[in-house]
Amino acid sequence: MASDTPKASGQAEPPRLLLVTRSPPYGSSLARSALDTALAAAAFDMAPALLFLDHGVLQLLPQQEGAASETRSHGKVLDSLPLYDIDRIYVDAAALLHFGLQDMPLPAAAEVVDSTGIRALLEGCDHILSF
Amino acid sequence: MLGADAFDTEGFLRHLKDWSPAVAEQIASDEGIALDEAHWEIIYLLRDYYTEFDSSPAMRPLVKYCAAKLGADKGKSMYLLSLFPGSPARLGSKIAGLPKPENCL
Repeated sequence: MASDTPKASGQAEPPRLLLVTRSPPYGSSLARSALDTALAAAAFDMAPALLFLDHGVLQLLPQQEGAASETRSHGKVLDSLPLYDIDRIYVDAAALLHFGLQDMPLPAAAEVVDSTGIRALLEGCDHILSF
Repeated sequence: MLGADAFDTEGFLRHLKDWSPAVAEQIASDEGIALDEAHWEIIYLLRDYYTEFDSSPAMRPLVKYCAAKLGADKGKSMYLLSLFPGSPARLGSKIAGLPKPENCL
């Protein structure tokens, strides 16, 4: 059956909007801004993809206590991404290794990508927003 | 009854801890809604969502969350609109004492 309404589910098709988040979860508002942008883009049916790069992989650490820093828990908000139909999540393999987090549980939709995969992602998408 | 200073300029509760079922009745009455069992089911579902995800849902995640927790019959925008007319995510969050959803259309 020919699909006249292409969905962003096909992993082969590059994302149109890629949000690159490379900051740690707390200490600045950059990680939060990336996430808010992702949720806003999803509300407009833009099916954004997220790439956690460099220090951004620290956002995926489990058991974050948002209350300790008097802010919302970044990790908990990340858990809601599937409900926003954001199911293309890429994680920088080298950064996981750098922080010793290669065995950390990742979101179900997450795909670990090496530098070649990251380059392909960056080259393939239409728009990149970096936080 | 909570005083006006417990609410922000749009009528959202300023502090989560101030919420109670009586406060929900107060907010709902200001919105012209009489709460019945079906409303309460969604109100508590919204509060569960907030506990789980530390954020108020936009419409799409609310619908999916309802479908997952309450079944396909209730995981529909039309069902939610019938209970909370206009913008269910926004109005429901308001009555549930949660912050205004940030990405609500």
